[in-house]
Amino acid sequence: MNALQQYIDLYDASREFIEQQSPALLNTLRREARERLASARLPRKGSEDYEASDLEAVFAHDYGVNVNRLPFDADPSEAFHCDVPNMSTCLYYTSNDAFHSSATAERNIGKVVVEPFSMAAVDYPELMASYYGKLANMDDPTVALNTLLVQDGLFIYVPDGVIAERPVQLVNIFNAALDMMVHRRILIIVGKNAAIKLLACDHTQSPDYQYLNNQVIEIVAMQGSTVDYYDMEESTPKTNRVSSIYVDQHEGSNVLIDGITLTNGFTRNNYHVEVNGEHAETHLLGMTIASGEQHVDSHTFISHNAPRCHSNEMFKYVLNDNAVGAFAGKILVQPNCPRVEAYQGNRNLCSAPTAKMYTKPQLEIYTDDVMCSHGSAVGQLDEEALFYMRTRGIGLEEARRLLMQAFVADVIDGVRLDALKDRLHYLVEKRFAGTLSSCAGCLAACRSND
Amino acid sequence: MLVIKDLQASIEDKQILKGINLTVKPGEVHAIMGPNGSGKSTLSAVLTGNPAYTVTGGSAEFYGKDLLALSPEDRAHEGLFLSFQYPVEIPGVSMVNFMRTALNEKRKYFGQEPLSAADFLKIMREKRSIVQLDNKLASRAVNEGFSGGEKKRNEIFQMAMLEPKLSILDETDSGLDIDALRIVASGVNTLKSKDNATIVITHYQRLLDYIKPDFVHVLYKGRIVMSAGPELALELEEKGYDWIKEQVDSQQ
Repeated sequence: MNALQQYIDLYDASREFIEQQSPALLNTLRREARERLASARLPRKGSEDYEASDLEAVFAHDYGVNVNRLPFDADPSEAFHCDVPNMSTCLYYTSNDAFHSSATAERNIGKVVVEPFSMAAVDYPELMASYYGKLANMDDPTVALNTLLVQDGLFIYVPDGVIAERPVQLVNIFNAALDMMVHRRILIIVGKNAAIKLLACDHTQSPDYQYLNNQVIEIVAMQGSTVDYYDMEESTPKTNRVSSIYVDQHEGSNVLIDGITLTNGFTRNNYHVEVNGEHAETHLLGMTIASGEQHVDSHTFISHNAPRCHSNEMFKYVLNDNAVGAFAGKILVQPNCPRVEAYQGNRNLCSAPTAKMYTKPQLEIYTDDVMCSHGSAVGQLDEEALFYMRTRGIGLEEARRLLMQAFVADVIDGVRLDALKDRLHYLVEKRFAGTLSSCAGCLAACRSND
Repeated sequence: MLVIKDLQASIEDKQILKGINLTVKPGEVHAIMGPNGSGKSTLSAVLTGNPAYTVTGGSAEFYGKDLLALSPEDRAHEGLFLSFQYPVEIPGVSMVNFMRTALNEKRKYFGQEPLSAADFLKIMREKRSIVQLDNKLASRAVNEGFSGGEKKRNEIFQMAMLEPKLSILDETDSGLDIDALRIVASGVNTLKSKDNATIVITHYQRLLDYIKPDFVHVLYKGRIVMSAGPELALELEEKGYDWIKEQVDSQQ
């Protein structure tokens, strides 16, 4: 069986249609994607780098793909009333696979460019041509599939020297009334000495339908730039996601990527960071809180290709019930890269005997004179601490919650956006208390009309 | 307030307590002494409900309630407190959050509204001064990076916050220098009233110079083998435990 075949057949049947509706640039990579997919197979559970996750099974479901670009919804900002506590963002939406801006989107106008590929292909043809698809690697069949079927995407560009005043927030919503797969795509180019903070929140409005988001994000951080990308998933048990983030870091750039999963179905997050310039700094953080049948698999790769760079990686998981977590992290220090400092940590708490965690830390070093470490641990809640708290009158459930919150606190404190940090402490508290409703969610505190 | 009858307990099938009888009344201070391994810490663990121990017989009533049937947190709410021999570090949980949760859980137990932030901080400030606990320590994670002396002061601070009816001090003097010992002891004495009681578990007379006991009990091989007034502690300091051990062992 080959789950890819149904999507390849769909492409072959609708090729003209897809190409007509897409910017020409997107069509230039489809031939290669189609060729790659002809012989590709999605990884099954147990294959290399997929010890815990079965992509073939995830893609095998018969999802609808919106090749005809039918609008599902009016402007989603109409359907959401957003009240952003202590933080004003430039807010954008993706409704299923279609991009919308909102009234607050204009705040950074003239400085930060946020627009769909269809517009960017006209406004910034050279940038699009220079960077689209250049980082993403089509050896990964999910990336090839995204490239094959993507019809639009989001282009974010911060010109040289521009410091974005407000964070850019992207709220991704699934709300189609059918089982659906989307191919979200984002290209982020942050110019020399420019800075931006981005927050993406994934939500699902219709818990009854099965969705799959197969997304690809490319981030180019130019010399001296600062990029924060916070990626928060708060979806439903029937929402699945395969996400690949590729980062190219130039000299002296500072990139923070933070992947947060609070609620979801199946998620595979791939992070691929190429550190290509000296004195670059990379912070890769992850926090997963999973219960029920949630499945969260993170795969990270940081390649130090230049001397005197610093990377810091920490992923924490709290797993309950039948949740499955997986982490595989590899740090590669290429030859002739002295004075690289690279630290990787993965700490996991299984609060039920039925929860499972797979972890695989890896270091590969080809230069002397570097400082690297990796560590991984899986444990349970500290019984002594629980008893100590109970003797002070704190009930068992409350004591467990306090310890779980404490466990993830340092990852939350790594967030470089105060309003988001506060919000995350609050959300995590609610998540552990079991009172997080499906859309109490993101920073925008969206409330649907229903 | 506390009536213990023939209390027996084991850990991992090893019988530690073999029939403890002890009655404590309000206003009293009891010292429990005894050689290493006699079961002193086990007694405090069993009374506070440590799940590592199994009660195999006997009873313990606290103000007429079956203490052994209550969860550790409910025992705390009813007014039982244990100052740990080795206070536990809890990284990531701040003292403020810890104490506020503890106080509010107790209030909830008695059907009271939670404390306001201002009221809570006021109480915290007051009680901190009793054991001269630095504000910096109060804002840190529970016991994390505290010195031995700071940990013990922090135990007495928590005791002051929770206002228990019966406090068990398990080797609170271990690891303390003279100054810290004085601060801890004066904290305990400040909190003493005619309505509450204290059980002091210790190896040394030293602590009893500061916290004057009304009764001294010797625990040996899981039983209280001798009870007397404060003069017994002085005698033990002078003569050690061998004479009691011989007496008990020859009787068996």
